[in-house]
Amino acid sequence: MLKGNSVVSISDIGKDEMLELFKLADSYSRSVEQGQRIDSLHGSIMATFFYEPSTRTRLSFESAMHRLGGSVISVSEAKSSSVAKGETLADTVRMAASYSDIIVIRHPMDGAAKLARKFSSKPIINAGDGSGQHPTQTLLDLYTIRKELSDIDGKEITMLGDLRYGRTVHSLLLALSEFDVKINLVSPPLLRVPQHILDQVQSMVKIRVTENLNDVISDSDVLYVTRIQKERFTDETEYNSVIGSYIVNSDIVSTMKKNSIVMHPLPRVNEISPEVDADPRAAYFRQAANGIPVRMALLSMILGGK
Amino acid sequence: MDTTLKISKIKDGTVIDHVPGGMAFKVLSILRVDDLNENSISIGVRVPSEQMGQKDVIKVENRYLERVEVDKISFVAPEATISIVKNYNISEKYKVRLPEKIIGFIRCINPNCISNAREPVNSEFKLISRMPISIRCEYCERSMSEREILQNL
Ligand SMILES: [Zn+2]
Repeated sequence: MLKGNSVVSISDIGKDEMLELFKLADSYSRSVEQGQRIDSLHGSIMATFFYEPSTRTRLSFESAMHRLGGSVISVSEAKSSSVAKGETLADTVRMAASYSDIIVIRHPMDGAAKLARKFSSKPIINAGDGSGQHPTQTLLDLYTIRKELSDIDGKEITMLGDLRYGRTVHSLLLALSEFDVKINLVSPPLLRVPQHILDQVQSMVKIRVTENLNDVISDSDVLYVTRIQKERFTDETEYNSVIGSYIVNSDIVSTMKKNSIVMHPLPRVNEISPEVDADPRAAYFRQAANGIPVRMALLSMILGGK
Repeated sequence: MDTTLKISKIKDGTVIDHVPGGMAFKVLSILRVDDLNENSISIGVRVPSEQMGQKDVIKVENRYLERVEVDKISFVAPEATISIVKNYNISEKYKVRLPEKIIGFIRCINPNCISNAREPVNSEFKLISRMPISIRCEYCERSMSEREILQNL
């Protein structure tokens, strides 16, 4: 049950609740488009603690709360305030719980949101911790697939790029394994999905691992692109030799199905050429915009506003 | 021949038997030998054993184990048996058992794990496999192998 509870990992939300959340997001999305005022969380306060910068995620949460008529208090540079004075995360969270109704936290250490949940009397939303979970990104990714393609079940999803270190990829992969989908994992050998994550999903969905995007591109309904960072490679020659085959340009997109989509968690650097932006299949900006209604629905379901 | 006779009998105390050959010193460090003070200890290292080929045996006089010590020993010697001796007789004998939840005595191997930060929490792990031994951190979800566990005990 979401009401009154924390969302630390995507597995804190059951599939039925997720579908309910998507419907609510649909209705919020319409209300916002039509300029309707929603006041369902009037009087509620959301506190945001960002121990590492992520302007996009923070603004998306804050905008969602304002759209619902709630208030926001935020420490944008938590690092410079309480942490610098040596306060523990546990104490910060205990105190924050006394002056807010819900706490959104982003932290560079693995498992920080779980620790926060332990010390908070109010629900915690994990806005990304360490290399671990980032559940609201996963929610908006799933929501985007459903909205763009009308369903998640029955689709073939190709993930491309850095599948080893990318936290959005692991969380999305685990969430997708609850659906009836086919998944293709395309990456250089060095950046393959870690075995312990593959072990968790392999029995639930059909998975194909390949280095070559051409093997799977024409069958894909979704191409989910992630950035390959130069620092992951030991030498630049190796990086230069592989990077070219993982850049998505118009030629690649032209081989995709007509009603397929290209997604990216953003920000992108050069992994999708700007020429792709004009293609109707380029869904990444719509995907980013979905972050607002999805976070509105999540806040609303946790805080019990309607 | 009863090989345990090589080690003197004790009047009151604890016998830790079926410790894998050579691991006695690891067990002694768990028992914090330097803190044992007056207790006399006998150790048999690499004694022939029918079941194990070779085993270590430790006898400590006037000393009984705490729960957390037994839990720690279970990672070093998963087959160990513990006998409590009272007046030259075994008053209680049991096998150690790997705990399902491991709280506080193993450090997470992930340096970026929040349980390694200056926070008021104990480390917390779940046992995910007994053979081979594997545990998973409840905070960062990283799993640790037997070798990694022994280094962080
Ligand atoms: Zn950990």
